Amino acid sequence: MQVDQLKVKITAINEVAPTIREFCLVPVDGELLPFSPGSHVVVEMDGGEKTYKNAYSLLSDPRDVSAYRIAVRLQDASRGGSKFMHEQVTVGDELKISTPANLFAPHWPAKKHVLIAGGVGITPFMAYLPELERRGADFELHYLYRSSQTGAYRELLSKRLGGRYFDYDSLGGSRCDAVEVLSNRNLGTHFYVCGPESLLSTVQQVAADLGIPDSAIHYETFAAPKPGEPFEAEISETGQVIPVGAEESLLEALEAAGVEVPNLCRGGVCGQCQCKVVSGDIEHRDNFLSAQDKAAGQSIMPCVSRSKSPRLVLDI
Amino acid sequence: MRLAPKAIQTFRDDFTYSNSPEAIQRFPFPFPEDEYRYSVNIEPHTPKEGPGSAYEHLFDIDEHYLSEMHERALVLKEMPERCLSMPHMDLAGWDMVERVMVSLTEDYPQHFTLTRNGDNWRWENKLLNIDDSFTFGNTGTLPLEPMEYIGRQMQGDFTLLDQREGDLYMDAGIITCPADWSLAFDAGMSFSEWHGPVPMAKDSTIFERALKYLTAIQVGKPVRRLNWTMTINARMDTSPETYHRWGHERTTVTPENVGEKVYLRVELQVLDRMPRSNALLFSIRTYLMSLEDIVTNPVWAKRLHRVMKTLPQALIDYKGLSRYHTTVVDYLAAFDKAN
Repeated sequence: MQVDQLKVKITAINEVAPTIREFCLVPVDGELLPFSPGSHVVVEMDGGEKTYKNAYSLLSDPRDVSAYRIAVRLQDASRGGSKFMHEQVTVGDELKISTPANLFAPHWPAKKHVLIAGGVGITPFMAYLPELERRGADFELHYLYRSSQTGAYRELLSKRLGGRYFDYDSLGGSRCDAVEVLSNRNLGTHFYVCGPESLLSTVQQVAADLGIPDSAIHYETFAAPKPGEPFEAEISETGQVIPVGAEESLLEALEAAGVEVPNLCRGGVCGQCQCKVVSGDIEHRDNFLSAQDKAAGQSIMPCVSRSKSPRLVLDI
Repeated sequence: MRLAPKAIQTFRDDFTYSNSPEAIQRFPFPFPEDEYRYSVNIEPHTPKEGPGSAYEHLFDIDEHYLSEMHERALVLKEMPERCLSMPHMDLAGWDMVERVMVSLTEDYPQHFTLTRNGDNWRWENKLLNIDDSFTFGNTGTLPLEPMEYIGRQMQGDFTLLDQREGDLYMDAGIITCPADWSLAFDAGMSFSEWHGPVPMAKDSTIFERALKYLTAIQVGKPVRRLNWTMTINARMDTSPETYHRWGHERTTVTPENVGEKVYLRVELQVLDRMPRSNALLFSIRTYLMSLEDIVTNPVWAKRLHRVMKTLPQALIDYKGLSRYHTTVVDYLAAFDKAN
């Protein structure tokens, strides 16, 4: 009845933009599961000394169970994962992935769907499109990118979507005016944003100014954990002390020390890895805990958040 | 050894429903402690208690299959609105079709066969003499909408919960054996809205925590919990829509008939993430066991006595036991002399 990790093999790698590579994954044995648009998988990479785990959106047709496709942008300040995918992984390699999980599903009762993608944030929408088309849904796609780095699939999208596609290449001087995109929409219009934090905050600000309710704005920001000051984590029950380096997340340090913590998104969104904090000063960086929870200082999301004090005591 | 479904018995009028000794033995008795505590009590839906147990397979098919399918057809004939699906839930219905057909074929190959050739599927249900071919995902190729089609071939009630805004919405369901709740009333409600009537719900963080847990359930990792109440006579359909037929039966319990008339009603609830739609399938598999069958197991008899004796008044009222609760406790006391 229970399915855990899947073993997949890389059958193709394509450069789909200057800094983005697309990987085609097929199952080593058994079958892939169909998935829902907006799903991601956590890819586990064995980098010798360190195991990298990064979440990537599935961009293939959700009903195609013959292969999954993901696209990985080489991050300027890669903590190792995207660099590993770009430089170490070759066709024929095997990787472990989690089963698909969805934190960014379409709001199906919506009357209209407005998709706003920034750079590699196009990936979840690639999986939205076939399902939106099958349902005959009303939608449009706004795609912001810089063609010297990103802009994957833009020709294909332009051809496929015609008048429903809006293209903004900042290198060509084409800017997207969020006020224009969000203004004068009919009731029942929902907006979906996937891209850098700056794109999301712009859209959120414009929406707030226009009086569009939060419930009509959906977003996915898988911020990779940002570095910080090193600190120590202590497990209250066992007294075990685990050093957390500047470049690694608390979750990664716990896992490396053999402390299992349930997790899904590894990006401060899903809430699965929440840990109780006995003492220490938390630097909250997640989008899950409420402002009230954060102020209380009794819980931390170890996938992205850190400690301001030299030691954080956890009740795990 | 798992029992073959037996000939049709009734859950109404003459109430011919009965449990065989084997069915009694595999009954999912819901009380792990002498005192009933309100809790979320969710665990992974993995096999336990060995071959033939109610927890062996994702969906439990037992000796009452034909009786329950007959009863479901009677309810839907009279009240078609007991099966509802909002238009955006069509894909979730197909998810359910696949999950059920694949599981039943693997778990009960003697009764069910699914043959797949791309999207061309053939489904044989030998228990109900069904042999249908259809195109997966194309609702026009089935005689009924997907959820209703497969729901009419499954024991227990089903809802499909749409997940959005971090909440769950009851946007589809086939509910013909509810423990006094109405799909038509709850349709479209959010998780906290449909749990509104539960005592203590307002002051408790249980439901908040439960919702966080449920919205994170992953594909391929179903979970389960047990819930319970009591029902007078072996009546499956205790819905608000038919209250006028069964509500008054609660006044008919006497010290003489309590053992045969009062049934412990247990729901094995399973929550399973649907892959294509991201909906949550909530299956509610109901087991009815008369007190006189329960007390054939001395451990259960004692335990049930202690649970009933210490049940808080708010729960006695919420579960509709007020009229006959004392009679039940008195009856069970005979099997728990020390207490």
